[in-house]
Amino acid sequence: MAAENISFNVLKHVLVPEHHLLSEDEAKEVLSRKNMTPDQLPKIRKSDPGIKVLESIHGPIDEGRVVKIVRKSETAEEFVAYRLVIRG
Amino acid sequence: MTVRGITKRIGSIKFSCVSPEEIRKMSATKVITADTYDEEGYPIEMGLMDPHMGVIEPGLRCKTCGCKVDECPGHFGHIDLALPVIHVGFIKDIKMLLESTCCKCGRLMLSEDQIQARRESMERMEELGGGTIEVKNFSKETAKDASGKGVCPYCGAEQIKIKLDKPTTFREIEDNHKLTPKEVRERLERIPDEDLVTLGIEPSTCRPEWMVLTALAVPPVTVRPSITLDSGDRSEDDLTHKLVDVLRINQRLRENRDAGAPQLIVEDLWELLQYHVTTYFDNQTSGIPPARHRSGRPLKTLAQRLKGKEGRFRSNLSGKRVNFSARTVISPDPLLSINEVGVPVIAARELTVPVHVNEHNIEKIREMVARGPTPVPERPYVPGVNYVIRSDGRRIRVTDRNAADVAEGIDIDYTVERQLVDGDVVLFNRQPSLHRMSMMAHRVRIMEGRTFRFNLTDCPPYNADFDGDEMNLHVLQSDEARAEARILMQVQENILSPRYGGPIIGAIHDHITGAYFLTHNNPRFDRFQAMNILFKLGDIEVPEPYIDEATGEPYWTGKQLFSIILPKDFRTTFKANICQNCKVCQKENCEYDAYVKIRDGQLLCGTIDVKGIGNSKGKILDRIARDYGSARAAQFINQVTRLVLGALMNHGFSTGIGDEDIPEEAALQIRNNTQDCIDKVTELVESYQDGTLEQMPGRSLRETLEVSVMGVLGNARDEAGKIAGKHLGMNNPAVIMAKAGARGSMLNLSQMAGCVGQQAVRGERLSRGYWNRTLPHFEKGDLGAYARGFCSNSYKSGLSPTEFFFHAMGGREGLVDTAVRTSRSGYMQRRLVSALEDLKLTSDGTVRNTIGTVVQFKYGEDGVDPARTVRGKAIDLDDLFAEVLGDQADELLHIDTKDVGGDYGSLEKDEMEYIEDEESEEYDDLDMDFDGGGE
Repeated sequence: MAAENISFNVLKHVLVPEHHLLSEDEAKEVLSRKNMTPDQLPKIRKSDPGIKVLESIHGPIDEGRVVKIVRKSETAEEFVAYRLVIRG
Repeated sequence: MTVRGITKRIGSIKFSCVSPEEIRKMSATKVITADTYDEEGYPIEMGLMDPHMGVIEPGLRCKTCGCKVDECPGHFGHIDLALPVIHVGFIKDIKMLLESTCCKCGRLMLSEDQIQARRESMERMEELGGGTIEVKNFSKETAKDASGKGVCPYCGAEQIKIKLDKPTTFREIEDNHKLTPKEVRERLERIPDEDLVTLGIEPSTCRPEWMVLTALAVPPVTVRPSITLDSGDRSEDDLTHKLVDVLRINQRLRENRDAGAPQLIVEDLWELLQYHVTTYFDNQTSGIPPARHRSGRPLKTLAQRLKGKEGRFRSNLSGKRVNFSARTVISPDPLLSINEVGVPVIAARELTVPVHVNEHNIEKIREMVARGPTPVPERPYVPGVNYVIRSDGRRIRVTDRNAADVAEGIDIDYTVERQLVDGDVVLFNRQPSLHRMSMMAHRVRIMEGRTFRFNLTDCPPYNADFDGDEMNLHVLQSDEARAEARILMQVQENILSPRYGGPIIGAIHDHITGAYFLTHNNPRFDRFQAMNILFKLGDIEVPEPYIDEATGEPYWTGKQLFSIILPKDFRTTFKANICQNCKVCQKENCEYDAYVKIRDGQLLCGTIDVKGIGNSKGKILDRIARDYGSARAAQFINQVTRLVLGALMNHGFSTGIGDEDIPEEAALQIRNNTQDCIDKVTELVESYQDGTLEQMPGRSLRETLEVSVMGVLGNARDEAGKIAGKHLGMNNPAVIMAKAGARGSMLNLSQMAGCVGQQAVRGERLSRGYWNRTLPHFEKGDLGAYARGFCSNSYKSGLSPTEFFFHAMGGREGLVDTAVRTSRSGYMQRRLVSALEDLKLTSDGTVRNTIGTVVQFKYGEDGVDPARTVRGKAIDLDDLFAEVLGDQADELLHIDTKDVGGDYGSLEKDEMEYIEDEESEEYDDLDMDFDGGGE
């Protein structure tokens, strides 16, 4: 992950799970697979340090985009969650 | 039950402000006089008890709707306030509005573009599922951005900053000019509708000026009934008292204003009116003294009626009193099934189950109704009927007199409220209901006596004992409820706890001692003894006995008897609790008989104790519940408890203070050892004082001393315990209980027989009390063992006066800790439950809240029910291997090397993990001593 224009890349920290920005198509696919509407997704603020890092890679991220978060799980090894970017 | 006569369904509820016009419109009467009743005791027209506002006395009719008491819902009245008054409940919103809008033109002080952008953001937010809280926070931000401007961007008027003088006064900061509520209201009136939307206020239902009252709604009389005392005096409700105050001041204010009284007097009265209206809404408003009753008791006004634990919400809406329930003292009955509850006849006669009459059961029901509510003869118990509900919904009370007639009139489609019978499904509960096992479904067994009775193995989930505990019972009233309770809540379905994925229901106390006597070293039982043990088990297959070679008499072995109740293909291997953790395990040839091996449902070797059948630790129980289903597990628990109690009664068991007797030489050994340790401490202290003590890394010299002293003294107690343990031996009942895991621990025993050990407060040796010493019995600055709370005596030999005092100091900490912990953890639990109570697991595996927002994409991230896990793990691989590979697996996987560290000392820690919060009182003492022991 190339991220130069931020002072600290939180995503490189061991305790921070992987964040991936989904394209609009991917997001649509995820939602239809999960049979959900965007408003039912958990949220993440635009001001979240994780999103800041993603923005430094992909450019500005609008509200309504979906971020995929892959984290280590005590019960299920790896767990994939999705979050909707909101204002904040 | 039956949903009858619903004509309208509530689609949604909206909360908003009410306008003065609306208050006047819905008012049944205007209230002008502060008087309530005239001399004859009739309510005064246009007074606070005006009959237009509803009736509270029987016989009278409401003048608005013409209904009688209980039929008339009550009607609001209103008071026209002489001058406007601020509503305390909205003070924050008023402040926000005043700050963010222009004082002259009333516009929101943001540019058109900004306003437009904010609006769009808000719309977008709603689209993306933003909740009310987010919208509220956003509008707060908007208000914050708009406030603090010097000049209005629209009319160019200069802004004067406003300060809120709690609770209800606004002042202009510059000249300290007080804004009257009237001025506030005028400003709020000027705010245009469009700007309100941006601030998160819906102007069609709530104009801000309504937050400054010009009319006060008077609640119906039914809301504030007056009570007639025995002496005939009337006592008014607190709200009525407050309204009287409001009316009086309102009257005086109007008179003074109309008469053109000096400004100062009017203002004073105005402020007084503000005070009364404020306390009418909330009598605990900070910054003003609460209004008091003549007796000095603060009045309970509107906010107080709703707020807190005793408020309307928590006490009357979230929790209600219910019918079809019973509460009484509990007592044990080892012969009941774990799924049963013994209900006293008197309770059963009151508790009823509705039965619908149809063509198949009508004859039986007629017969039952004919028996009336108290069938004769009283014994044996047969159910009677208390009420009959006709098809038109009318309830008929069945009495002994009318029973025959009512029975005659029973028809199809009637409902009959039948008394309890054996087998009815009821909910059984003990407070505090901390987890789901605090309320479980049981089957009824009608019994003599006056207490509820249940199997002893059901004690741990309820955390019940029989020292006077009471429990509640609720009778289920519908088939759906009964089915749900039976499938989800029945005791046998809750054997495995979701807390740690192991059994929470299992053998306790004497059951374990019994199992020990039944199986340890495989005792022999002759025909008489064996039958005595087995006869309570009911329908079982008695195995072929062995024949004694010497006498030719048949006999059964304990392990053989235990194997009777195991499933026929049961297989497991584990180490019992009595295992000594030898360096090299002798397996089947264990000299302590601690290696448990079960093949094809036969106990081949080993002793059954807590590790086998105990609650929370029982491996056999765990396997049966998991592999053979809950019904088999329930059967096993029922049988095993009967079996082991039989064995215990055959053997006989008692313990007393004599069990802690140790021979004189052992006592001497302990004394010598303790003295050695104390001498060592003295040496340490001396070396500390001459500065020859070597400092430990990262510790001060003093800390080094404390640590080493604690270590030495901890050792002293352990050593004393070991010596005592050696002399007590495995034939000692107290030791048997401790080792088998029935009750008590070796630590308890060593404190009784050997030495109580170091007392500690906050994990440190005692140090406080007097200047540089704990008690005046010691010299100042004495750091020796005795001066700092070491008890070298045992509980049995008796503590010395100083030791006793130190022990009390240590004990006090334990008590305080429990008291603090229970209250704090109770509140923590409440908050946690409030946060999680409306989350639910949906059929697609996601966890969602009530509006459908996902909280977890898969329950627990792996979708596994913790109650069905093996100690938290979704699958137990070792177990699978053992099943496939057979005995080889035991070798391969080193099953026997697991669970290391059962040695005296660490054993307690292990136990505490399981016991945790539940039995804190007893274990607190140990807990603390542990810290003190420096382990």
